[in-house]
Amino acid sequence: MFIVKYIKDIFSGIKSLLVGMRRTGYYFTHHKEIITEQYPDNRDTLVMADRFKGEVVLIHDEHNEHACTGCTACELACPNATIKIVTKFDITPEGKKKKAIDKFVYHLELCTMCNLCIVACPTDAIKMAQTFEHSVYDRAELTKILNKPGSKIREGIE
Amino acid sequence: MFNPTWAMTIEMVIAGVSVIGLFAALGLVLVLMERRVAAWMQIRLGPNRVGPKGMLQSLADTVKLLVKEGMTPDGSDKFLFNLAPYIAMMVAMLLMAPIAFAKDFRLWDMNIGVLYITAISSIMVISILMAGWASNNKYSLMGAMRSGAQIVSYELSAGLSILTIVVLTGSLNITDIINAQADGWWIFKGHIPVLISFVIFIIAVTAETNRAPFDLAEAESELTAGFHTEYSGMKFALFFLAEYINVFIVCAIGATLFLGGWMPFHIGNWEAFNHVMDYIPSSIWFFGKTFFLIFVIMWFRWTFPRLRIDQLLNLEWKYLLPISMFNLLLVTAIAILKWHF
Repeated sequence: MFIVKYIKDIFSGIKSLLVGMRRTGYYFTHHKEIITEQYPDNRDTLVMADRFKGEVVLIHDEHNEHACTGCTACELACPNATIKIVTKFDITPEGKKKKAIDKFVYHLELCTMCNLCIVACPTDAIKMAQTFEHSVYDRAELTKILNKPGSKIREGIE
Repeated sequence: MFNPTWAMTIEMVIAGVSVIGLFAALGLVLVLMERRVAAWMQIRLGPNRVGPKGMLQSLADTVKLLVKEGMTPDGSDKFLFNLAPYIAMMVAMLLMAPIAFAKDFRLWDMNIGVLYITAISSIMVISILMAGWASNNKYSLMGAMRSGAQIVSYELSAGLSILTIVVLTGSLNITDIINAQADGWWIFKGHIPVLISFVIFIIAVTAETNRAPFDLAEAESELTAGFHTEYSGMKFALFFLAEYINVFIVCAIGATLFLGGWMPFHIGNWEAFNHVMDYIPSSIWFFGKTFFLIFVIMWFRWTFPRLRIDQLLNLEWKYLLPISMFNLLLVTAIAILKWHF
């Protein structure tokens, strides 16, 4: 029947519009649902989501030691050559040569925060930090050396 | 000195100044209200930097628009291009004339008020078509043509739903219509048919004022800004202001026809309750009802997605028009048989 379908159409249409208006009306009256971050004002109390990835950092402990063996797994995993590891050879007390990192070069300007280097790292030496205020006046400043001066590899990490 | 001619002139100047003042105030308030309503409905905060709680945001925007250059494109029809925003504004001003803002407070008490409103509001489309045509820009022209098709079709159902109240009251005079609602507003007295015509009226005037979900004339995602793509500075601001003034006017008309204008809310024989309601000034009743309707129209805008042009015309010609014709017949029967309260 045409006329029954016609009237049904009208009522289902009005009902769907009312469902939508109920939702927006709920948001209009419930201000606790507001999700806006008033960013520069709440910089001290800002809570970032766990999944947010800001930049790659090399984890250093309190003795200025890190876990990077210089295996270059991250460098190989990186899809756009963001990481470049420069290695050197330390002389161990026994007089043996041991490979270690000289510079962990990280090009933030090339990084897409894809997380593949963190997954590739066998010793969990690097992680994604949650910083995001990266703007600088010269792009050369975005090329960072991640290992701190004087840092060395932690004992017992192969 | 004070012969009738001078008195008339001074009266007209006062009226003109107050209408312009009302326009400016409405523009500031409604733009801010729109942004706040939009923000809260989208779980945002809205403007909160300029002035206390962002109250001066629309004032700052107005100053910005005032100092901007009002450009006229080379290829445009310069006379019509510059005339169009003023026609939009003039239509809005003319529509202010018969509206009763409070008890015994109106510019012009004419006995064909409702007819005057429906007649003048159709001129609005001329300014939009003029702007679209004179811009010499295909987006503008498309927006203007859509707006033309839209306003011509939706005026029918808006007119028919206004007519239901005229049938019930038996008068085209705004004052008579308001006085007929002294013992109850038409939306309560007129049973379901008046409720239906109220809903149709709100839908039709939303379309007539080119507001979302019927904002095909602007449709920023497809036509950049439709008929006012080429306008900048104060000429754009006039179109922008005219849109908000028109929203105010159609809501004022809706409040007058269906919600009793400045009439306080009365319930049958509750003498004490009615007496308390009478203490609230009539202007507050009028503006309260009008702003409630404006809020409803803003609610529509920030809830519903935009219609396609074929859906828009389908809605009018296949649904609203047949329903409102049938509804008018029903209301006429009610009026003749005196079934309303």
